[in-house]
Amino acid sequence: MTGRLRFMRSFSGAVGVTIVVFVVAVAIFGRYFAPYDPNVPVTAPLSPPSSHYWLGTDFLGRDVFSRLLYGGRSVITLAALATGLGYLIGMSVGLVAGFSRSRIDPVLMRSVDVMLAFPPLLFLLVLISGAGTGVQVLVIGVAVIQAPGISRIVRTATLEVSVRGYVEAAIARGERSYAVIVREVLPNIMAPVLVDSGLRFTYSILIIASVNFLGLGLQPPASDWALMISDNRQYIAIQAWAVLAPAAMIALLTIGINLTGDAIARSLGRSYVPKTARSAVI
Amino acid sequence: MTTVAEPRAADREVSPVLAFVGRRLLGAAVSLLVASVLIFIGTSVLPGNAASVVLGRGATPAAVQKLEKQMHLNKPLTTQYTNWLGGFVHGDLGDSSIGLAQGQKHAPVWALISDPVKNSLILALITALFMIPLSLGLGAIAAVYAGRPADHAISIMSLAAIALPEFVIGSLLVGVFFVWLDVLPPVAIIPPGQSPLSDPTKLILPVATLLLASLAAGIRMVRAGMVETLQAEYVMAARLNGLSERWVLWRYAMRNALAPSVQVLAQNLQWLIGGIIITETVFAYPGLGSLLVTAVGNRDLGVVQSVAMLIAVVYVMLNLVADLIVLLLVPKLREPA
Repeated sequence: MTGRLRFMRSFSGAVGVTIVVFVVAVAIFGRYFAPYDPNVPVTAPLSPPSSHYWLGTDFLGRDVFSRLLYGGRSVITLAALATGLGYLIGMSVGLVAGFSRSRIDPVLMRSVDVMLAFPPLLFLLVLISGAGTGVQVLVIGVAVIQAPGISRIVRTATLEVSVRGYVEAAIARGERSYAVIVREVLPNIMAPVLVDSGLRFTYSILIIASVNFLGLGLQPPASDWALMISDNRQYIAIQAWAVLAPAAMIALLTIGINLTGDAIARSLGRSYVPKTARSAVI
Repeated sequence: MTTVAEPRAADREVSPVLAFVGRRLLGAAVSLLVASVLIFIGTSVLPGNAASVVLGRGATPAAVQKLEKQMHLNKPLTTQYTNWLGGFVHGDLGDSSIGLAQGQKHAPVWALISDPVKNSLILALITALFMIPLSLGLGAIAAVYAGRPADHAISIMSLAAIALPEFVIGSLLVGVFFVWLDVLPPVAIIPPGQSPLSDPTKLILPVATLLLASLAAGIRMVRAGMVETLQAEYVMAARLNGLSERWVLWRYAMRNALAPSVQVLAQNLQWLIGGIIITETVFAYPGLGSLLVTAVGNRDLGVVQSVAMLIAVVYVMLNLVADLIVLLLVPKLREPA
């Protein structure tokens, strides 16, 4: 393996990628192998694992294994949407700030500083208290939390690129700013901008799962790993699998992404300081 | 160039320490002001009609009107904002909207939060008490044994812990220490009026959850700082002078590795605030965080407004204190740039 996939050669990279592929595959395709309907009680509530119900049943008598196979898609999809939207907002702001070199730049960057001084989880909670629980609120809220950090990186990269010859040549040819940004600047800042996208994705997963756990995101009866944990927490002494199985899936997913990110950063020769992953759950 | 003019120029210059402190104070004030605007928009503008949101669907128009008056929603938004912020600055946190909706004349937020504030502070202080020496100690160990098994063990553990959300750590700990070993209680319910310290076993799992979640970042940063410092020339010189390795480590390397670490520790304490919100909910611990989560769920906008602002104040203050401590530790910042 050479070039881009060099990080796979390290132990942590190989383990990380294997874990991530496994969990994402379960989250996306698992539902086609689910033995039961995840929303219908199949037997007595809180039954222990058996040959029919591999992980037992939850507090309403639904099959835990089936719910586990269904419960990953929501958090991964929402986190992907939120991170994508965050990049869209952050890149627009960063490109404008970095390319314009006008008075907009300091204004935008000061607002970014201020946004970064506000605890993200608190921001989400206040937003939810005002706008109510909902998938849109969750996605937009997390995107707004992600955007300031992204725009800062984009601005720095844009400042660096926009003094290069090919950009100045394009400006001299009389091309419109929009065309210069899209055709000349954007392709050349993608690498530094996307380096920590994995980490940002983990962060989105962490915070969305946390809000779901608090009961302020997805609402029952949705099958969602975090929601499964909060629903069955009370009964952990009777049927621990209903809590521990989804907890293990979330743990595998986030640890796998972190191991992969660590390996990629090492292969690029950077020391890996995972700042964003935890600053999340503030 | 003229030697005579120099002292006068120096007179006019503000001392760099004062300038630094002034800049940070101003920054903190602006952050708090913006936070207050964001919180106010979130709780007063976003819901549309806050009174009907609090009362929920099926509320009679008369009830909505009455609550609107009690929540002062009939006044212009700017007046509402200045009244709220003015009250907050003077220690009046307003009323619980749910309390008002239930027909109480006054439902001061203060009465609701006095116990939870104490409980949260106790939880945070105990965690910080363990967190600071543990992250310094484990970070130093990892740095001294860099590349050896002890370092690898600490690094892998912290990489795993840093990836896990608090509620997963908490659930797994409950799984091990309550379901499997049955040695610790799974919840930390404290009866009203009782101190959490009256039964410390209840606090063990919440504190352990917060520590696992927050230690990792601190350890990694302390390790990075120490590894760098241990290769510095003055450390080499101290070693060549025959000073004991322990003396070199604690007297030479630690002090210089400490400055970036202080910032990380402050960051960790800030993260602790987020961690506490979730951890308190996991263990049903009656603190400010679980109170906020309940208030958000009930759409008690009055409580959310004031508690969120209170948390924002603590958050910004922690940052400010960290900056000032770094100023004490790094003499370079005290000289003119």
